[in-house]
Amino acid sequence: MSHPVLASYAAQNVAFWIIAITMAVAAIGVVSMKNIVHAALALVIVLAGVAAQFLLLQAEFIGIVQVLIYIGAVVVLFLFGIMLTRAPMRKTGEFDNDQRILAGLVSLLIFGVLASLLSQQFSGDKLRLGQPTQTAAIADSIFRTYVVGFEVVSMLLLAALVGAIVLARRD
Amino acid sequence: MPITQYLLLSAFLFCTGIYGVLARRNGVLVLMSIELMLNAVNINLVAFSARLSDAAGQVFALFVIAIAAAEVGVGLAIVLLIYRNRVAVNLDEIDLMKG
Repeated sequence: MSHPVLASYAAQNVAFWIIAITMAVAAIGVVSMKNIVHAALALVIVLAGVAAQFLLLQAEFIGIVQVLIYIGAVVVLFLFGIMLTRAPMRKTGEFDNDQRILAGLVSLLIFGVLASLLSQQFSGDKLRLGQPTQTAAIADSIFRTYVVGFEVVSMLLLAALVGAIVLARRD
Repeated sequence: MPITQYLLLSAFLFCTGIYGVLARRNGVLVLMSIELMLNAVNINLVAFSARLSDAAGQVFALFVIAIAAAEVGVGLAIVLLIYRNRVAVNLDEIDLMKG
């Protein structure tokens, strides 16, 4: 059992479960906390956990992009949104509507269906992690195979930028 | 490592996001729950990219990240506009188009 490959698989498994349980607890915090700033900070934990899972899956470029864009930009946008809408900080029970139990049932049902289907379909399907994905391979794929999609995403970002400015400015 | 654990984690995050979208009434919190769902999709894409040893999944994850950033920008601008016009960001009070 002291084979180095097996030991590294075990270490990856342990790391996965530690990160996954942290992420699950923080995700439940995002949808249940009474303080909106605390919910945003729990969202930071979830996003950092996703980045760590990307690193475990040997997708280093995506992990770094996740940290830069989500934790660096999106969460800051959320905090500005919270600040500008002056959301009430301390009133309890005001952020949830009265269909909480029904929503919980729906999401539990969907999770049950997804979990049973996925574990039936992919049981015994192993990840064979070898070399990390080269960033050059991703660049080749973007600018060769998916260059049309890349251009469309660029136009979409530009349109969203202009749209956000038009919506948010006062005149 | 079995791929099932990544898929289950992603399914869990997705369902937490569904619960948040359905049960929260503050606009900013609903947008946060949508981010949870988009991240669940990204975990799936990267896990299958590692399973198939193909970089295409990571390219799609990059596209999803870019679109999520655009969505948050426009979404928060809309929330700000609603706040400015109606002094409320509670989604169940915004029923202007209800017949």
